[in-house]
Amino acid sequence: MDQTAEPVAYAVLAGVFAGLASGYMGSLMVAKRMALVGDVLSHVALPGIALGILLDFNPFLGAFAFLLAAVGATWYIERSTRLPLDAVIGVMFVFALALGVLLTPAPDLLEALFGDIANVAWLDAAIAVGISTLVVLGVRAIYPGVVLSHISEELAVSAKVRVGWVTFIYLFLVAVVVATGIKVVGTLLVGALVILPAAAAKNVSASLARYGALSAAFGGVSAVAGILLSSATGVPPGPLVVLVGTGMFLASVVTKRIMGPRG
Amino acid sequence: MADHAHRTRTETESLGPNALRVSNLTVRLDGRTVLQDVSFDVRRGTTLAILGPNGAGKTVLLRTLLGLVPHEGTIAWREGTKIGYVPQNLFVADVPITVREFLGIKRGTDLHESLASVGLDPASILDERLGTLSGGQMQRVLIAWAIADRPDVLLFDEPLSNVDLGGEDLILETLNRIEKAFGITVLLVSHDVHNVIEYSDTALALNRTVVYFGPSKNLSDPALLARVYGSGTLLSKHAH
Repeated sequence: MDQTAEPVAYAVLAGVFAGLASGYMGSLMVAKRMALVGDVLSHVALPGIALGILLDFNPFLGAFAFLLAAVGATWYIERSTRLPLDAVIGVMFVFALALGVLLTPAPDLLEALFGDIANVAWLDAAIAVGISTLVVLGVRAIYPGVVLSHISEELAVSAKVRVGWVTFIYLFLVAVVVATGIKVVGTLLVGALVILPAAAAKNVSASLARYGALSAAFGGVSAVAGILLSSATGVPPGPLVVLVGTGMFLASVVTKRIMGPRG
Repeated sequence: MADHAHRTRTETESLGPNALRVSNLTVRLDGRTVLQDVSFDVRRGTTLAILGPNGAGKTVLLRTLLGLVPHEGTIAWREGTKIGYVPQNLFVADVPITVREFLGIKRGTDLHESLASVGLDPASILDERLGTLSGGQMQRVLIAWAIADRPDVLLFDEPLSNVDLGGEDLILETLNRIEKAFGITVLLVSHDVHNVIEYSDTALALNRTVVYFGPSKNLSDPALLARVYGSGTLLSKHAH
């Protein structure tokens, strides 16, 4: 991979913000036992990316539109049928993956599946920074409501939390995070960006504040480390980001064994 | 689920000495009638115990009073009533949350005062993880949460189900003390007749319909108890 210093700087900038946002979001998803939902949801973006490539508009917008539609449909179907959330998302996932593989032109499929953070322009980096900042602020705002409704819906209602509304914003932010993360590691691996940092942080956290902060930090560090390793070795960045995250998770398991949850 | 509240007919009106009046309440879940034609009222500052066999609809009644379940009939709370709720169980295993952070979610909570009023030492418990507390400690933290913003009514689902034997009296005495100190009206679901007789003023025995509604002390009459539980056991088997 022939890279000048500038694209790497853009990639690092986009990566650190996307990593922070998805790590922080992931801490809520892991707490709600929805870690794999993010993974599965990411594949829903594939047809949107394909349409972007085919019709020559920003694939990120296509991905985001499909994710948003999937999240809206999921929210509605779950509330009207009372099917478990993961079952509803599972239906979306297989449908979208089939459609996406059929639609995506063969030469671009690999890039859509594994990401292209090495080809980030300044505008992409600026968009990633702006969106990730909004995601972090949004997640921060709904954090207490989501945690409380997970702990006990009745308790949340008695404390005047609007559970339906909070759930919708939560799913909306999941869609945004997944769409942003796809640029970094691709649709196949974007789930790792929300699962690994949060799982590692949970092992070494005894409080909510520490759990959220560590998840975000682990997300940012693994994205940057993966991108820099990729630029030094020429290996694609997506898998490297995931491998760094996995390394952090393993380190957290060892730390927990030695020192307990307070790490 | 919370949006069901707007489909219910929950009214606020002037109720004289009563905090709550429920008239002809019927609840159907998935085509099954869980509560039928339930009517009762609760005087302000008193404790109503709701009892009955498993599957009698006790928890459903509490959830309905909270506005979580669609229903027919009328639920009328005194105007401006603030409700505190103490759930039976929390799902805290997946969430690394401390007592301080949990109580902090409720805005304007004086952590030290709330914990002291339920007999817990703030210094030793505030930074504990919620998931590591004993059943009795957890119940008292939940009561602290519920009374933090000075509610008029406390809804209490099986307060003693996860508490070891020695801790039961402590919880009930805490409840009684709070009721007297703040003039709170308490509705508590219980299956322990002894506790109901000792700690509540009025009892509502449910088994889909109202089996008994009146002074709690009458429950020491074995004939009445047999009606509440004897026939109840049979009926609850049919209900499943």
